[in-house]
Amino acid sequence: MSRTSIMPGFRPTISFTLLYLSLVVLIPLSTLVFKSFQLSWEDYLNIITNKRVLSSFRVSFITALVAAGIASFFGFIVAWVLVRYAFIGKRFFHALIDFPFALPTAVAGIVLATIFQPSGFLGKFLMQTFGIQVAFKPLGIVMALIFISIPFIVRTVEPVLLEFESSMEEAGASLGATRWQVFTKIIFPNVFPALLTGFALAFARGVGEYGSVIFIAGNIPYISEIVPLLIVTKLEQFDIEGATAIALTMLVISFLLLLLINVLQYWVRKRSGQL
Amino acid sequence: MSHTPPKIVPAKLALRQPRALQDPTWVRWLLTATAVGFISLFICLPLGLVIFQALSKGISTYWSALTQDDTLSAINLTLLVALVTVPLNTVFGVAAAWAITRFDFKGKSLLTTLIDLPFSVSPVISGFIFVLLFGAEGWFGEWLMAHDIKIIFAVPGIILATLFITFPFVARQLIPLMQEMGNQEEEAALSLGASGWKTFWAVTLPNIKWALLYGVLLCNARAMGEFGAVSVVSGHIRGLTNTLPLHVEVNYNDYDVVGAFASASILAALAIVTLILKTALEWKQATR
Amino acid sequence: MSILLADISKNFGSFSALNHINLEIPEGELVALLGPSGCGKTTLLRIIAGLERADQGRVLLSGVDKTHQEVSARGIGFVFQHYALFRHMSVFENVAFGLRVKPRSTRPSNEAISKKVHALLELVQLDWLHDRYPDQLSGGQRQRIALARALAVEPSVLLLDEPFGALDASVRKDLRQWLRNLHHELNVTSIFVTHDQEEAMEVASQVVVLNHGRIEQQGSPSAIYDHPANAFVSRFIGQTNIFDLGEHDSDWLQAAGLLTPQKDGKIAHVRPHDIIIEKSRAEDNAPAMVKDWQHLGALIRLELVKNGSNSSAAHVFAEMPNDQFKELQLNRGDKVDLKIRQAHWFH
Repeated sequence: MSRTSIMPGFRPTISFTLLYLSLVVLIPLSTLVFKSFQLSWEDYLNIITNKRVLSSFRVSFITALVAAGIASFFGFIVAWVLVRYAFIGKRFFHALIDFPFALPTAVAGIVLATIFQPSGFLGKFLMQTFGIQVAFKPLGIVMALIFISIPFIVRTVEPVLLEFESSMEEAGASLGATRWQVFTKIIFPNVFPALLTGFALAFARGVGEYGSVIFIAGNIPYISEIVPLLIVTKLEQFDIEGATAIALTMLVISFLLLLLINVLQYWVRKRSGQL
Repeated sequence: MSHTPPKIVPAKLALRQPRALQDPTWVRWLLTATAVGFISLFICLPLGLVIFQALSKGISTYWSALTQDDTLSAINLTLLVALVTVPLNTVFGVAAAWAITRFDFKGKSLLTTLIDLPFSVSPVISGFIFVLLFGAEGWFGEWLMAHDIKIIFAVPGIILATLFITFPFVARQLIPLMQEMGNQEEEAALSLGASGWKTFWAVTLPNIKWALLYGVLLCNARAMGEFGAVSVVSGHIRGLTNTLPLHVEVNYNDYDVVGAFASASILAALAIVTLILKTALEWKQATR
Repeated sequence: MSILLADISKNFGSFSALNHINLEIPEGELVALLGPSGCGKTTLLRIIAGLERADQGRVLLSGVDKTHQEVSARGIGFVFQHYALFRHMSVFENVAFGLRVKPRSTRPSNEAISKKVHALLELVQLDWLHDRYPDQLSGGQRQRIALARALAVEPSVLLLDEPFGALDASVRKDLRQWLRNLHHELNVTSIFVTHDQEEAMEVASQVVVLNHGRIEQQGSPSAIYDHPANAFVSRFIGQTNIFDLGEHDSDWLQAAGLLTPQKDGKIAHVRPHDIIIEKSRAEDNAPAMVKDWQHLGALIRLELVKNGSNSSAAHVFAEMPNDQFKELQLNRGDKVDLKIRQAHWFH
């Protein structure tokens, strides 16, 4: 490491940063990796290919994917409306966007469970009108994850829409493009990388989410049991090996997905000449 | 790539759109209705419900739920956790931002990525790794047992897990801002003979104070509200290791809905205060 | 295509951006809308394009009323001040855009589009950049791509908003010449907005001078320069010495050959090259003294001070060719006689 600045304080700040990072993050996180070395390959495969474990992975990833998708669609509309249109109460709605981010997950969990449970306000309505049960089903998990995802989508798309040059739209219109063509060919392609980032953030958060999900999910094995809950269950049964194997797998998959999305994003930016 | 918390967006929302290029009226109505409906369903409804539920059985029930010993000790523990973790992560955030934005060194981008790491880890795993370190079967488990030190299922474990979870918040707010600011002002101060400390207090801090407050605010909200990680290391011992969010869960699972929502409403109030302060800070930033 | 603007007005809140504008532009002209910033010139251009709606008045293209037609249907080419190239599309796709968004019935085939785009890129001499992205181009290159993109739809009118505003001085010079030649080649009615009078005079065949939302004068560059319609135009176009005969200037101006005030007014505007300088023989009551001079290439600009006065209004600027200046062998402090060849009178 070298310092090329006349600024003072490099040594103390970098030392503290590295020390604190190691103590709080790196060392604790690495225990997960070291612990998993104690498992044989066979033990590991046995734990992971267990039917209940596999189905919890399926539930976690599919619900997170669906929720991030739905939140992306509606979040984009919300960001669009907040940036481009004027309406009464806009400031209020704008401030509310971050509510899911500020609200502790346990509170979100019991609130959503109360709303969507069969006796709840919306749960009863949906059950009686459409015969749809939300709570204790994957659908309930999706609902909770949509709630969690909203700020991630809106807050990544909003600044890009704000900075979007309106002259590009005008140029499109002056060249004969209809409003819809201007949107699909000019505006959307420019906002897409940000939307993809928001989607990725929401998805990654959704896969690991615990507090807001467990109350509404009902945690029925094979149906609505998510991976984080399975880790907790294994821990409560003092099955440290099982918990380690599942946690490590989840961590690795999450990192791989994030890597994939980073590569995808690099590709999108590169293709559009923004790199 | 990570769960970056929302960045500060200047609140200059009402753009003057050239009138000739507006969307058709029906499109504007449809989209606005969709957006308002979506936000009402997923945000306003939950918000309203917390308030309604907490007060549904009358103020007195609510008050007695809030003044129970277990609730009070949960509040105390939550405050204690925030009081320890927020200052530590704030000092770290400032130090890390200074080192990363004011100097060039090898591995800088790796360091920046590593700081974001806790955002990408599931809360449950964040708690679990401390069980692996300090739990009965953990690396230091036997040693701790021999010296009669309790970390897991005790307050230190809760603090450690919260430290991990809220680790990046302040640094994440400061790094982009200080990067953008550049160090010309600091160089000017140094060239005029100010000491390093003096430069930081008189030049850097006034420039970053709003972003710093913003980071502290988000860090505090998460520290007080964290559930998954804390739940794994706490052991749920009433009156001892239950933070407020855990207390909500315990009450809820005991079918004490009023008690659960009474505690929940404190946390919801915290969230609302956070939102208001956050909005105020954004206005401050935008009008600076 | 000819352009006719009838009684156009536009307000932004209480600010009146355009005030009863009437303007006729014959087919094939290259017109400059010239004026200081905030004079309404860009708003006028955007109203012609349909990017902005006038509060009042009509826009006619080739005699057809287009006031209420959408921008996308007007068939105009618009070049934006900062080019507004589509960042996510290659240069080729940028130029092809206008052809690709045509309704299927009138859309050319892919081969036809490709042929046309390459032809246009050759016209702007940038075909070798066809697969680059806007962020990879220089300012001048972006400008020419923006022009090619606007020309792709074969517009009947070409509108350019401050086309050279964002460019380096040297690039600007080349592009001015190039735009003139291109206009000669294509002969499409073109309007460009500029605040730079030199640019307007050099490029345009017609100049429209705007101020405070009103048209001050319209005419050929030479007409506007030689016969400014009012004091604003005279001041705005080229350098001018301003003498108020109602005040103390009258004596020496009469001595310099300026005739008594005519009925037009008593304020005289005199171009620097209309002042002739001679070394004074009668040193004591010579009207002016040489203070300093600057070299402007082929010309020399002399800064003179009227005798017995120190106020800034006492400064007179005169211009003369380089060799004439050498012949005179002037030094700082020399007393000189002045002759005024010609003046414009305003109230």
